Amino acid sequence: MDKKQHWLVRPHNIKRLWIAFIVILVLMVIPGLFLRPHAYFGLDGSFGFFAWYGFAACAAIVIIARLLGFFLKRGDTYYHND
Amino acid sequence: MISALPPGLVLVFGALLIPAARGHARAALVLGLPVLTLFLIWQVPDGVVLSLPFLDYQLEPVRGSALGRLFATVFAIMAFAGNLFALRQARLTELVAASIYAGTAISVTFAGDLITLFVFWELMALSSALVLWTAGTHKSYRASMRYLVIHLLGGVLLMIGIAGHISETGSVAFEAMQPDSLARWLILIGFLVNVGAPPLSAWIPDAYPEASPGGTVFLSAFTTKVAVYTLLQGFAGVGVLVVAGVFMIFYGIIYALMENDMRRILAYSIVSQAGFMVAGVGLGTAMALNGVAAHAFVSVIYTALLFMSAGSVLHMTGKRKCTDLGGLFQSMPVTTICGIIGALSISSFPFTSGFISKTMISQAAANEHLAALWFLLAAAGAGTFLYAGIKFPWFVFFHRDSGLRPSDPPRNMRLAMYLFAFLSIGLGVYPQLLYAILPYPVDYDPYTITHVVSKLQLLLFAGLAFFVLLPQMKCTLTISLDFDWFYRRAGSRIAATITDWAGNMQASLEAVLRARLNRLINGLSRHYRPQGILARGWPTGSMVLWVAVLLGVYLVVYYL
Repeated sequence: MDKKQHWLVRPHNIKRLWIAFIVILVLMVIPGLFLRPHAYFGLDGSFGFFAWYGFAACAAIVIIARLLGFFLKRGDTYYHND
Repeated sequence: MISALPPGLVLVFGALLIPAARGHARAALVLGLPVLTLFLIWQVPDGVVLSLPFLDYQLEPVRGSALGRLFATVFAIMAFAGNLFALRQARLTELVAASIYAGTAISVTFAGDLITLFVFWELMALSSALVLWTAGTHKSYRASMRYLVIHLLGGVLLMIGIAGHISETGSVAFEAMQPDSLARWLILIGFLVNVGAPPLSAWIPDAYPEASPGGTVFLSAFTTKVAVYTLLQGFAGVGVLVVAGVFMIFYGIIYALMENDMRRILAYSIVSQAGFMVAGVGLGTAMALNGVAAHAFVSVIYTALLFMSAGSVLHMTGKRKCTDLGGLFQSMPVTTICGIIGALSISSFPFTSGFISKTMISQAAANEHLAALWFLLAAAGAGTFLYAGIKFPWFVFFHRDSGLRPSDPPRNMRLAMYLFAFLSIGLGVYPQLLYAILPYPVDYDPYTITHVVSKLQLLLFAGLAFFVLLPQMKCTLTISLDFDWFYRRAGSRIAATITDWAGNMQASLEAVLRARLNRLINGLSRHYRPQGILARGWPTGSMVLWVAVLLGVYLVVYYL
């Protein structure tokens, strides 16, 4: 079974990909210790700003989309007789 | 002499020759026309080169400018790649309509006066509707009718605005203006309808995904970007555009996150990306306008690339819903990789074309110390990676195994994707090519360490958010209500209610009238029927009696 599966979909490789991804994430934050980027607004100069801000912004957007979905989503045959 | 040839019209009239050519000659014509047009675009110098008298006005059908040339260039490149993509699969009508559509779009970018602009603006609406029609389905026909209604509405507003503007100023020239009178507001609104601004944004996800796989690629490129061009040329620095732009950005992101149809996800991305441009036009600084021009240029390319990738999937599988797709990377490696390159570009990943353009708009906001706008644009950058950068490729090509094993699409479709994938990365790695033809001198270097690191942080942690929040983002077999509900449902319900009401009114009115009429007829018949009081035969004697009575009354009255 394992032989037929593409290497990308094998469970142990997915675990490895996750580990690699987390390593990259950590590596991305480390330069923040040395770089002192020019902050325009104060907050954007805080450590790892783009990392936590990117994550938080996405979480907020997903939650908003989820909540709006309760009001706006309809079955996909809604307009079928148009 | 050659410089006075309107490049757009060469493409329009050339397109009419396509049906006459067969086989290789047709392929050569379809692919050669955009190349010839591109050559002619670069022969037009700055300033008015063709001027024609019309009524009391002097039209300027060909006026060269750096901005117009930039847009015309990418439109010609787009026409070439789109034609290559559609060459073997599209119907003849679609090829002709698409070339006319591209030619009219290019003609708008050379229009020096508002009348010429309006004529090509409307021709663009008609030829794009024709592209929609050629999909040949009932759904596409209905969608094209709604599309036309919105665009003709926008066209009417634009025409009223232009007529008012001409009568106020006496000039037909298309120059920078401010929305300081009703006429110029209407011109602005006419432009905004085409760019997908609120509240009418829904026409884009409603209409574009109903076209054929190749048709959508053309549609994604021209109408909205032509509107961006006219906003840049006409309304740079108009503050209200910043608000409209930010709304469009988040509208696109949130609706795309709720969407299940892969081409509708991408259609929402058109609105969202146009939002970045509209906001940049509203900012109005040289840096912002350069950013908008650059972003429009590269977004034509990566959006078309994304639609080519989705179109290839649709062409090979006949399926378009994320809930039906998944796991296609195994058998469609080229489509997958090109789709991912498009997805990275739209997310402005470093070393792709989106990175060198979108960051200019953010930088312009920072330079102007507009904190709220800057933070919103940064959040939007992360959100874009969420829905377009990852959601689209993830649910179509990876996710779960749908069991589908389609091969990559035919060669011409693959070649078109290679070309745009190459351009998306090429412009990202070597931005000077694009910066050299921007309308203002560029004083911006995207590849500083802080730019690259901060962008990677933003995007990679947005990626982390995607996979952490994946259970919240499952695609569902749903559509999301949008403003089009008002004219597809509310409007028809109101119409049905009015019809019912009017029908009932008519029925009760008819009943009342019928009753009255019956009463009248009965009354008349009572008096005039053969035995009625007024119709029966009178004996002569009674007549003489009545005459005598009358004469007697007369006599009495006389003596009184």
